[in-house]
Amino acid sequence: MRVEVRFSGFGGQGIVTAGIILARAASIHDGKNAVQTQSYGPEARGGASRSEVIISDEEILYPKVLNPDIFVVMSGQAMQKYIRDLKKDGTVIYDSSLIKTPPERGKAFAVPATLLAKRELGKTIVANIIMLGALTSITGIVSREAIEKAVLESVPKGTEELNKKALHMGFEQGDGLLR
Amino acid sequence: MHMAGVRFLQGNIACAEGAIAAGCRFFAGYPITPSTEVAEWLAQRLPKVGGVFIQMEDEIGSISAIIGARWAGVKAMTATSGPGFSLMMENIGFAAMTETPIVIVNVQRGGPSTGQPTMPASGDIMQARFGSHGDYAIIALSPNSVQEMFDLTVEAFNLSERYRVPTFLMADEIVGHMREKVVLPEEVETFTAPLSKKGARYYFKPDPKTLVPKMQVFGRGYNVHVTGLTHDERGYPATNDAKVHARLVRRLVEKIEKNADKIIKVEEHHLDDAEVVLIAYGAVSRSALAAVRELRKRGIKAGLLRLVTLFPFPEKLLAKLARRAKLVVLEMNLGQILREVQRCAKRDVHFLPKIGGELHTPREIVKFVEALK
Repeated sequence: MRVEVRFSGFGGQGIVTAGIILARAASIHDGKNAVQTQSYGPEARGGASRSEVIISDEEILYPKVLNPDIFVVMSGQAMQKYIRDLKKDGTVIYDSSLIKTPPERGKAFAVPATLLAKRELGKTIVANIIMLGALTSITGIVSREAIEKAVLESVPKGTEELNKKALHMGFEQGDGLLR
Repeated sequence: MHMAGVRFLQGNIACAEGAIAAGCRFFAGYPITPSTEVAEWLAQRLPKVGGVFIQMEDEIGSISAIIGARWAGVKAMTATSGPGFSLMMENIGFAAMTETPIVIVNVQRGGPSTGQPTMPASGDIMQARFGSHGDYAIIALSPNSVQEMFDLTVEAFNLSERYRVPTFLMADEIVGHMREKVVLPEEVETFTAPLSKKGARYYFKPDPKTLVPKMQVFGRGYNVHVTGLTHDERGYPATNDAKVHARLVRRLVEKIEKNADKIIKVEEHHLDDAEVVLIAYGAVSRSALAAVRELRKRGIKAGLLRLVTLFPFPEKLLAKLARRAKLVVLEMNLGQILREVQRCAKRDVHFLPKIGGELHTPREIVKFVEALK
């Protein structure tokens, strides 16, 4: 089964990092195949940012995402631009502290990641990791063990505890929404 | 040493690690999207393995520096993209004329000019073959995965050393920037051009079988003269001698062409009974293979010839395929390898180009092939 995931938001939110962590979790720790690609403008921060992951049990040939099964979105602009690409019965996980209007299609899950990151952890920078936790819980495309290993391998030294907390906060958010 | 084991890496970083594995200990370059990560990574890594990294003033300086480094006895590489590649052309000819083994990585983006820095293309293929003035030959390889960004970089070094020729890794933004799982071996097979005896008179006298002369190193007692001027087998200029020039330049071309069967690598998928053969390379070849599998499901006998080596071109194989199958060339330009295929096929060749910075989708390819009469 080929699952296509798109992450999108602003440059600086860790969109590309989130994609890399997910793909690493799937390919290195869950033993599946994964490809991560990204698209970006000349701006490093503030511009639109997009990162895409394909996870499959089989060989992945065409490496790009056209119609995602899962859309993780962290800005209103990205929601507007890409929501139409989502597969009809696809899943949208959106940062509801930044996006006020729920998506017009797909199964939608609201996670106030940026607000939680700021209020509970004192660092908005880990909002992407909360989203990864929620994604793992809601979709099950990677195992919790795999995503945790991949997060801990990918974040800067000294921030492991912070990121682990953020990830578990995301798991709880997802679990709560599924209940 | 280079990284080994199972890793999840970006293509450009796999290329940089491949260079280290192949024995590269000198990199000179000027950063340019989408090749920059090759330089970034080597800037950190080369000093740790006893190598040298220099950020040059531009790409003319970069290619000059790696040629000099190789004559100082160190395997050397540079990495660039379109505009930088154009600037390197004069000294690529110098490297060909002086038979300097160097590796040039081009992570292609949309051109002409500064074009599309963050988007993929295959617009520099003919430039790699013919970009410098005069007659010469080169070797060019085309990776289609992160694994091959490592493997073919090693291969590029080995080929450049074996045939003493500038060798190109013609990647594109997709394989350069994408990340995949790779398995990096602990050890790779490497080849270094053998050195000649000191005090020899005819440093540029080739081996009669391979047509490749032995190498020398500056600063180790070789009284060798290296020049871009037409030179005799001693290395001395002989610019007015028609015979010397013809012999030298013919040999520069023939040492690649006569060894073509040993150099060329292709991947053949479902060619045995194929009635339509797709011809693709680089990232496009991934879409092409997906399309072939879909076409087979729909009852169309399609196959794929994936070019791993772009130059020397697999002329004999193409001529053979053209006699029994329809040929369809797919590439991210308006017709470059197409011309090579047409030259060998001597029949109509179908063509599906795609430019603008997007890869052919398997669906587009399937639709195109189904519509062929």
